[in-house]
Amino acid sequence: MTVESEYSPDADRIMAVSLGPQHPGAGHFRIKLWLDGDFLVRAEPDAGYVHRGEEKMAEYRNYTQNVPHLERPVILDSSNILLPYAIGVDELMGNNVPPRAQYLRVIMSEANRIISHMYFLGILGIFVGHSTMIEWSMGDRDFWIDFAERIGGARVTFAYVIPGGVRNDIPQYAIEKGLQTCDWFEKRMDEYEKIFLKNPLFLERSEGIGVLPSADAVALGATGTVLRASGVKHDLRRDEPYCVYPELDFDVAVLKEGDSWARAYVALLEMRESVKIIRQALKKLPQGPVRLKLGPQPRVPAGEVYSRTEAARGEMSYHIVSDGSPRPYRLKIGTPSFKNLRALPFLLRKVHVADIPVIYWSLNYWPVEADR
Amino acid sequence: MSQATPPAPPQPPKPQAAPPQPKPEPARAKGLSAQIVQRFPDVKVDWMKERRLKVTTKPARIKELAMFARDDLGFDHISTVSGVDWIASNELEVVYFAGSVKPGWVDFVVGIAERVARENPVVPTLIEVWPGAEYNERETHEMFGINFQGHPDQSHLLLPEDWNDLPPLRKDYVSPGR
Repeated sequence: MTVESEYSPDADRIMAVSLGPQHPGAGHFRIKLWLDGDFLVRAEPDAGYVHRGEEKMAEYRNYTQNVPHLERPVILDSSNILLPYAIGVDELMGNNVPPRAQYLRVIMSEANRIISHMYFLGILGIFVGHSTMIEWSMGDRDFWIDFAERIGGARVTFAYVIPGGVRNDIPQYAIEKGLQTCDWFEKRMDEYEKIFLKNPLFLERSEGIGVLPSADAVALGATGTVLRASGVKHDLRRDEPYCVYPELDFDVAVLKEGDSWARAYVALLEMRESVKIIRQALKKLPQGPVRLKLGPQPRVPAGEVYSRTEAARGEMSYHIVSDGSPRPYRLKIGTPSFKNLRALPFLLRKVHVADIPVIYWSLNYWPVEADR
Repeated sequence: MSQATPPAPPQPPKPQAAPPQPKPEPARAKGLSAQIVQRFPDVKVDWMKERRLKVTTKPARIKELAMFARDDLGFDHISTVSGVDWIASNELEVVYFAGSVKPGWVDFVVGIAERVARENPVVPTLIEVWPGAEYNERETHEMFGINFQGHPDQSHLLLPEDWNDLPPLRKDYVSPGR
């Protein structure tokens, strides 16, 4: 990375500043900044403050024991981080996952998508000084946490999606309550659009800020909302269908602008689609078992698999290598936050210091997910 | 217990396990690997699945193969760079998993792998092919001790700056307390 010449007539003008890691909104994450007055010359993300060695931990635990700790990197999107793991292990074992479990996997991952996007929009509101947004979204997010709690039994880390299906069945009243939540939330999102996404104050802070052209988004390996906000219609739920997504009717939200506003708005559009998916899945839910009996120590034949799904932040992928022993020989987690991290130094060039929080958070970056 | 237990209600017949369906031949992966092998005859095809293909080549030729995969085959979107420590055969493996956002291969991932000896492992960087691989390679460097020649910055990303033990994802590194 080279320092832009127009901002560095002499090195004395440049000041190095550290943003973070004491959670100044950055969240256990530091960005090294090189400033020329109020302008950013160069930025370098410094990840790793919350690295826990999930991949090494996975090599010491068997395929069932790995379920609860693998969802820890992103507790607000915990079903989505487990889904590609479960799909990968199912593929290695040749499991025929029952249809009801496939539907429940979809329902839970879409509920997690809404829970995660609501958090994202709330914090983005705080970063632009729009406190109403965090109060609304944290309050409304709770209805989806309640919905997930009725199914998974916990409020954040459900350990619900497991190899061979899901951990338990959905109670009947959760279906009825869930449909009510869908109806209510759909109306509520119109208000979000008016009070936040189309609010002149928010538009002023986010429109045209941090523009990521589509060619660069692809080259830098950006994924998920970041990629789709830059005009690339790539969504694994549609492009590489898994579970029962082909049986459900939904659109892929995509915007052309590529700026911070588009990255926020695409999240709202995705939540609308998620509500549509949850409603259809709850109505179509077939009868039958929800999990296969694999035992406490499943036998996974030797083999290698690369599985990926569309999590809330983008493509979540697992590279699992099994040598036939009860524990994975190698388990690599490719998280969307880590994939989007490369876009951050690209966007943090020639911008005002005041725009850093908006650009940073519009990438929907979750430090723990990136560090694993 | 003196009372006789009541007869168990008739159990519904257990669902019969479906007979294993013969897997359809992964035609697309086969066609793709044929294209690669035609151009690079020394490439070893590791496995093929319906939407996946993994090939292994030598570190000296990986850049050429990656360029071919990106420009001619359309795999322009890097997904993950993974490493594996094959301690039994004294080798380290690096796998670049690349997807595509172009119509036709959006559901497909090609894995391009290379193997090097565990002592002094040096491979070329593929940042020029996929700029998004930069942090992935940096992570693979610190976790496996693989030196990516030409990489602009191989300082620690996830590990502490003062980490001076073995690279942690190598098999001979044992986690504390294990």
